[in-house]
Amino acid sequence: MRINKNLFVIIMIILGFLAGCNDKSAQTENPVKGHETKEPTPVPAAESKPAYGDMIIIGSIGDASVLLPVLASDSASGDINGLIYNGLVRYDRDINLIGELAEKWEISEDKLTIRFFLKKDVKWHDGKPFTSKDVEYTYKVYVDPKTPTAYSTDFLRVKEFRVLDDYTLEVVYEKPYAPALGSWGQGMLPRHLLEGVDITESPLKRNPVGTGPYRFKDWTTGEKIILDSFHDYFDGRPYIDRVMTRIIPDLATMFLELKALSLDQMGLTPLQYVRQTDTKWFKDNFNKYKYLGFGYSYLGYNLQDWKFRDQRVRQALTTAINRESIVQGVLLGLGTVTDTPYKPDSFWYNQNVTKFPYDPEKAKEMLAEAGWKDTDGDGILDKDGKPFEFTIITNHGNDIRKNAATIIQRDLKKVGVEVKIRVIEWAAFLKNFINKRNFEACLLGWGIGVDPNQIDIWNSKKTGENELNFVNFQNPEVDRLLDLGASTYDKEERKKYYDRFQEIIAEEQPYTFLFVQYSLPTINSRFHGIEPAPIGIGYNFVKWYVPKALQKYTIQP
Amino acid sequence: MRFLIKRIALMIPTLIGITIISFAVMKMAPGDPTSLMTDLNPNMNEEAVKRIRAHYGLDQPWHVQYIKWLGNMVALDFGKSFAADNRPVLDKISERIPITILINILSLILIFSVSIPIGVFSAVKQDSLFDRVSSLIVFIGFAVPTFWLALLLMILFGVKLDWLPISGFRSLNYSYLTPLGQILDISKHLVLPIFVSAFGGLAGMSRYMRSNMLEVIRQDYITTARAKGLDERTVIFKHALRNALLPLITILGLSVPGLIGGSVIFETIFAIPGMGQLFYQSVMMRDYPTIMGILVIGAALTLFGNLLADLLYSWADPRIRVSD
Amino acid sequence: MFLNDDFVRRMRRNGMAMAGLGIVVVLFCVAIFANQLSPYPPSHIDTTNILAPPTWSHPLGTDVLGRDVLSRMIHGAGVSLSVGFVAVGISTLIGMILGAVSGYYGGLMDRIVMRFVDVMLCFPSFFLILAVIAFVGPSIWNIMIVIGVTSWMGVARLVRAEFLSIRERDFVQAAISQGARDGRIIFLHILPNALAPVLVAATLGIASAVLIESGLSFLGIGVQPPDPSWGNMLTEGKDNIEIAWWLSVYPGMAILTTVMGYNMLGEGIRDSLDPRLRR
Repeated sequence: MRINKNLFVIIMIILGFLAGCNDKSAQTENPVKGHETKEPTPVPAAESKPAYGDMIIIGSIGDASVLLPVLASDSASGDINGLIYNGLVRYDRDINLIGELAEKWEISEDKLTIRFFLKKDVKWHDGKPFTSKDVEYTYKVYVDPKTPTAYSTDFLRVKEFRVLDDYTLEVVYEKPYAPALGSWGQGMLPRHLLEGVDITESPLKRNPVGTGPYRFKDWTTGEKIILDSFHDYFDGRPYIDRVMTRIIPDLATMFLELKALSLDQMGLTPLQYVRQTDTKWFKDNFNKYKYLGFGYSYLGYNLQDWKFRDQRVRQALTTAINRESIVQGVLLGLGTVTDTPYKPDSFWYNQNVTKFPYDPEKAKEMLAEAGWKDTDGDGILDKDGKPFEFTIITNHGNDIRKNAATIIQRDLKKVGVEVKIRVIEWAAFLKNFINKRNFEACLLGWGIGVDPNQIDIWNSKKTGENELNFVNFQNPEVDRLLDLGASTYDKEERKKYYDRFQEIIAEEQPYTFLFVQYSLPTINSRFHGIEPAPIGIGYNFVKWYVPKALQKYTIQP
Repeated sequence: MRFLIKRIALMIPTLIGITIISFAVMKMAPGDPTSLMTDLNPNMNEEAVKRIRAHYGLDQPWHVQYIKWLGNMVALDFGKSFAADNRPVLDKISERIPITILINILSLILIFSVSIPIGVFSAVKQDSLFDRVSSLIVFIGFAVPTFWLALLLMILFGVKLDWLPISGFRSLNYSYLTPLGQILDISKHLVLPIFVSAFGGLAGMSRYMRSNMLEVIRQDYITTARAKGLDERTVIFKHALRNALLPLITILGLSVPGLIGGSVIFETIFAIPGMGQLFYQSVMMRDYPTIMGILVIGAALTLFGNLLADLLYSWADPRIRVSD
Repeated sequence: MFLNDDFVRRMRRNGMAMAGLGIVVVLFCVAIFANQLSPYPPSHIDTTNILAPPTWSHPLGTDVLGRDVLSRMIHGAGVSLSVGFVAVGISTLIGMILGAVSGYYGGLMDRIVMRFVDVMLCFPSFFLILAVIAFVGPSIWNIMIVIGVTSWMGVARLVRAEFLSIRERDFVQAAISQGARDGRIIFLHILPNALAPVLVAATLGIASAVLIESGLSFLGIGVQPPDPSWGNMLTEGKDNIEIAWWLSVYPGMAILTTVMGYNMLGEGIRDSLDPRLRR
């Protein structure tokens, strides 16, 4: 329930099976200033004092797979792991890096060395002290080529790892690397339980031991996972005694369970948020929250396809797509149109890029300029005797993408472009279409990391079979800007590089950037202490509480 | 005895056929389990992808993979799941099988205990009002999409009337209940799932029972029995029913794959962690060992069920010796 | 042949069969005249009017993208029915060929085919369909083909049984003794006589194919948008069942009626064919 800096965690989450619909990683997302975020329930002051006790029951559509952060790449596991493990650093409510297991750190003049000073009173759930040996072990597991992990990139940049004493350690980088510090937010693993064991065989996969606020209690596959509060947590005992995650694979069922009060928290769909939760009863029993999510959806063009090579064509297609009507019709207004690959409300977003507002007439002109005209009068544009037809592919299991594609189909038809839609199951989608570059256009989403680094998606060289620049975007200036951005620590200077990068991307339109969705968690109103902040609501989960008088469950240990 | 040995010997080629078909189906699949791990993941260079594929033995030609797998299978080693949890397939299956079997046995009992009387009475009172009404209900039962019925019942009994829990198969406080309370708790949770899974089966079974009964009633020996002056009750329940019930044994044998198969549809909607969900997830993750494990165990149990049915049959009706 | 006067007379007297026939005929007309009947194009989007309850302008309401439910239902009839027909066509063809070969030649051929049937029957059929569809991708053609190739076993057994009995009849034996070719005997003499039970099985098969498609749609691997099938409409409707009942009630009723119609027709044909076939 903490922001994981690593871009790829979020990529996996956003692109994953459950993509976009309803995972509760939604908690870690940002409120838009000036929007209504909470509908508070009045409780007499005396009764609303923080108190220990009670349980929160959270709905999840998928079961966790493995409770070791190094191995898990699904959002269900990530949410549970976030409560069990800590990193050396974390992001606070305003998206600044602060120490978690680290008391403080020092960065050398040349930006190559980071020295961490660890907190001394941190205990593992089994009572053993946490030391820099654990950090060293964790680092070694991440970079071990035998470990099947998705998160080694950042750690592989470490040239040298030195343990100075039990509570001090140093990491040395080859080159200055701005995202380095944030990468130490990865969950730390207990050396005394794992060393010498093949990590993929460890019993900790289903019986984890961490330093976090909650310790593992019980896991019934496909049914529920129970965590209990860790009374010796270094940051103080969490108020809520127990966290139960209930696995309910069907969204309609989950919502019925919520309304039967058998769930305390779930993510709502836009339709549920707008149409099904507007009753007095619901408002009395639940608080709804609304944040701009850390991810965006886009229509990506295969730039190797002859139809999309011309920049004017891509600009025209963006102009022809009524993105506002997608936000209104599919997200019921619970989203915002975006023009660059950053969050519109974030520090890194550049407002002043070329925009292509909806204008079908202008789009037709632009297409005509690029040589696309309806010469045979069949209503479909053509060029060199070939009609303008293409197929949008998207992954199965995400109704929002499917519906957005349907609207795009309609909009493009109006300017004489014929679109087909194919929804493909995820594994086949990657293997046969994305990786093989066997597509014309794809409707997908990317996670937006807290760090602005996006080399892996846009660098000209990242176009190999399994790499992320699958639209084959090529621009030497972008390559240079992204390299500069990644090696610059100064925030203002960094922003200049990323601003320019966004201008180029917006001009070239390798993607039609569509929208950023709101995350819409709802939580039973007996829970107090929830304070929406730019980072979301999950950041202070250990401070959430239920006043004594409102407590619903008594936890028998 | 020789009959038994012959039957068991005949099962072996069938089993091998089953494994070949399962394996072939899987090899048709685009994408493999490593693609979920390695694709769209910048850390995975070609080297790493190759290493992972080798780790799972996916770099070998398929017949080598098949023979290796078959060898392990003979030793009852189903291998480890390709999913991120990497657990033994048998563990994954065995933790889900009890709830699936429980639901399916209960629903089978429900099907039999409801559809036999319906079938018998419809046949005896052919074209009566009862026959027509029950036929209609039974047709509806067969025709209604499972998940829709499930959702409608959930809203009615779980939300509107609040008589039954909505989903899951036990309450949150289950472990604090008395043994009797636990049984009650599970029963309450299972009412809707069992009803939904039985409703479709009712149709087939009661129609089958009805036509069996109709056929038996027309037989000579029934006419003879009536002619002997036996009263109608005795004729129907003693003579006709017994003979009409015999073919049900075969049906029982054929229901075995359904027994462990479970249904991904109602398991998903009722949030019951059974075999159907496991199979569906494994398919989506290309978790070959788990898919193969489920298909093979299911098929083996089916063969066993058929064998049992045949044995029962020859025991119940010594005139019949099923040869092949 | 089985379509004799007796059959027609018995069908006419069978109320259920006639009701089933009526439903099937109406559905056919709807599917054929879909373009004439539907008030809107089935994929006409109106995002300003989503989830509108039934009114005069949208007699069955609108869906999550503001499309007219009635128009989509009418077009869905064709999609759902063609899934049923093509799937059953495939399974009947496979079943008849294998059953005929097996029943006519007997011996080793028979044993191999029947063993194959046993193997196929050992798989929980929905699992097999689900796996293959997930692997090859859920296009409408794939769904038809996969349902077809996984549900021919019943027909094969039926045809084989008919062949075994008809083969021994005099007119077939006479044809054999006159030196007629196998193909001629199979297609001209035996097959027409074995068609009756196959027709019954096929009618019932269409019903179950329609249901299987709706089940696949629930899992998101049924007929894909923007093609409307009743299965995917019902699935889309399910999440909004409490605020937009019309989204799931109408497709649900349509599936129910269709499947019932085919089942009643199938049983009716069976009952009317020949009292001996009543089983």
